[in-house]
Amino acid sequence: MNFSYTPEQEAVKGMMEEFVAKEVTPYAAQWDKEEKFPWDTVRKMGELGIFGTALPEAYGGSGLDAICHAIVAEELGKGCSSLRGIYSVQISLVAKTIAAFGTEEQKQKYLPGLAAGTLFGCFGLTEPNSGSDAASMLSTAVEDGDSYILNGNKMWITNAGIADVAVIYAKTDKNAGPKGITAFLVDRGLPGFSTKDIHGKLGLKASNTAEIIMDNVRVPKTNVLGSVGKGFAIAMSTLDNGRYTVAAGCVGSAQAALDYAKKYAKERNQFGKPIAAHQLVQQLIADMAVDIECGRLLVYKAGHMKNLGQKSTKEVCMAKYYCSEMVNRVAYKAVQVFGGYGFSDEYPVERIFRDARINTLYEGTSQIQQLIIGNFELGMSAFV
Amino acid sequence: MEIIVCIKQVPDTTEVKIDPEKGTLIRDGVPSIVNPFDEYAVEAALRLKAEKGGKVTVITMGPPQAVEALRKCIAMGADEAVLVSDRAFAGSDTWSTSYTLAKAISSLGKFDLILCGKQAIDGDTAQVGPGIAEHLKISQITYVQKVFGIQDNTVAAERGVESGYELIESPLPVLMTIDKSCCVPRLPSMMGTVKALKKEIKTLTVNDINLEPGLFGMEGSPTRVKRTFTPQPRKGGRMITGEMHEALDELVKTLRDEKIV
Ligand SMILES: Cc1cc2nc3c(=O)[nH]c(=O)nc-3n(C[C@H](O)[C@H](O)[C@H](O)COP(=O)(O)OP(=O)(O)OC[C@H]3O[C@@H](n4cnc5c(N)ncnc54)[C@H](O)[C@@H]3O)c2cc1C
Ligand SMILES: Cc1cc2nc3c(=O)[nH]c(=O)nc-3n(C[C@H](O)[C@H](O)[C@H](O)COP(=O)(O)OP(=O)(O)OC[C@H]3O[C@@H](n4cnc5c(N)ncnc54)[C@H](O)[C@@H]3O)c2cc1C
Repeated sequence: MNFSYTPEQEAVKGMMEEFVAKEVTPYAAQWDKEEKFPWDTVRKMGELGIFGTALPEAYGGSGLDAICHAIVAEELGKGCSSLRGIYSVQISLVAKTIAAFGTEEQKQKYLPGLAAGTLFGCFGLTEPNSGSDAASMLSTAVEDGDSYILNGNKMWITNAGIADVAVIYAKTDKNAGPKGITAFLVDRGLPGFSTKDIHGKLGLKASNTAEIIMDNVRVPKTNVLGSVGKGFAIAMSTLDNGRYTVAAGCVGSAQAALDYAKKYAKERNQFGKPIAAHQLVQQLIADMAVDIECGRLLVYKAGHMKNLGQKSTKEVCMAKYYCSEMVNRVAYKAVQVFGGYGFSDEYPVERIFRDARINTLYEGTSQIQQLIIGNFELGMSAFV
Repeated sequence: MEIIVCIKQVPDTTEVKIDPEKGTLIRDGVPSIVNPFDEYAVEAALRLKAEKGGKVTVITMGPPQAVEALRKCIAMGADEAVLVSDRAFAGSDTWSTSYTLAKAISSLGKFDLILCGKQAIDGDTAQVGPGIAEHLKISQITYVQKVFGIQDNTVAAERGVESGYELIESPLPVLMTIDKSCCVPRLPSMMGTVKALKKEIKTLTVNDINLEPGLFGMEGSPTRVKRTFTPQPRKGGRMITGEMHEALDELVKTLRDEKIV
């Protein structure tokens, strides 16, 4: 057993720390307030090869391991959860899916751009009436000569408003349940494909979330991702990657909340001493620190298994479930340490608190993670 | 175009502590960084290379752990890195540091341009750059705020002076010390970071450089630190508030009482 970073992981962490400290943290509050998609920073991430960290070298990536992938998400999560979400979708949900299931032609077409941040992707599974029960989707794809005609709506899709390509899941066979779902690579600009931005979110305000509307979109058969009828399996495998970086991002956000709380606790005086010297404040800090450490170890354990090529679905679910709940506990306590000042957007813990909330909802709610873990533990599916 | 950039590893803090007995800097326990001015020099070098082609070599004189600073510069995009390191160099002052660096640079072969930071944030003397130029008997342009480019083997640069700026042209080879307004240093890239880890870094010891005996290390350092002290921290100023004419009266009275006017 070895709990140390390799020199490579250490170097990636150092590089990301500097990037986040200089290019992300100073601006995150402003992006949030203005609901501004951080284009400049996202482009810089592309130029510096951050998107390509864990993508194959043959397609413009750096070919680094799963722990480095987590470190990138963790460090981005420290500075801005919206940015971490942009990374997660671009890489975990789109690029890694194409790398795993795409044809050589599809990989050549999309991966170098996704790695360089000159091309953006989104992942369209959820629909207005189909969330946790993804297989109940209503979007359809009907074969027509050398194409499929796609119809339907996708809801709550991260990056959809800015993406050049969408991984879209639709039913090629309405009567085959999950086995009737197929994944498509749908280019923006195809006639009948449009998006509508969603506003008024509680958090992740600097990230784009949009609805996708597909009205007779003709998609060439060469853009089927994986094979026909394998879409649901691809989606589940994809979420395995996505949940991993969500969990890592939660660790980073929670760590940032703890760091801010520690600094504030030493500076703020009440009853004639720094609040950090009050036992009940130390209890808050200690609980936060332990909670974060547990989450980080779950993420790295899952990453370690990924590096060994082992199946890690259960461990990823555990990490995602634990870390997403953990960051909410930690952000809650960080606000507590700040007292009334924590309730104000003058301090970053207010944003971390709002941004934390999404994590127990997307990429499978906490209840869905519990059901998956329960199924692994008991060998009994409780999904109905 | 062969460009050499001299970089120094410095403690990451403005609160450098000094060993009161030896009069030297205490570096233990303080995280190290590349001297911020030197990152500007690396950036300026990388831009000239992008324009003119060639190679950027970073060089530092320091203890073995200074390779970390060299790796950072490789991650930014420098091509080669050289560590000048030997116990025999311990205790070097700015004279022998610049002498040793000048000789080390000569030992590397032909160069067109040497870039240094304006100053190191710990030692702060701004002497090493000019010292290297003197030892190598080449021209120097200090406090460079802008590099216009290189044409016909001549570099054109803008140099900051107290009363404004000077425009200077100099034939190559030349040494320039780079100020912060020159450019904004790039951040290391992911690929650069990985490349830097694997990069072999050349080390030069006292035996690899053609140095005259007695001119390097403590022995070659004419500077003697007689005494060091920490200056008293400044007391906060006093705000004079109230109606303008009353405040002015108060100000004039205070200046008179304190015998300032
Ligand atoms: C900001 C944001 C970004 C998003 N980005 C994307 C994206 O990029 N791509 C994408 O495809 N989707 C995305 N989503 C959608 C997200 O994944 C879904 O919201 C999520 O899967 C939950 O679905 P739902 O909202 O329909 O909730 P529902 O499925 O309606 O769930 C409502 C509640 O019922 C519970 N519940 C449901 N079924 C069960 C059960 N069997 N047992 C116990 N409890 C149950 C849930 O846990 C939850 O508490 C995003 C959502 C948001 C808010
Ligand atoms: C009596 C005396 C004893 C000393 N003993 C020691 C000692 O034992 N150990 C010790 O670490 N220091 C010692 N020093 C400090 C050392 O001499 C200086 O740190 C060094 O000469 C650089 O000077 P500076 O920091 O003022 O750099 P500046 O002259 O301000 O630096 C200007 C530029 O020169 C270049 N440069 C400076 N130093 C280097 C370097 N080492 N390698 C490559 N490029 C460089 C950089 O580009 C830098 O931006 C001693 C100094 C004195 C006076």
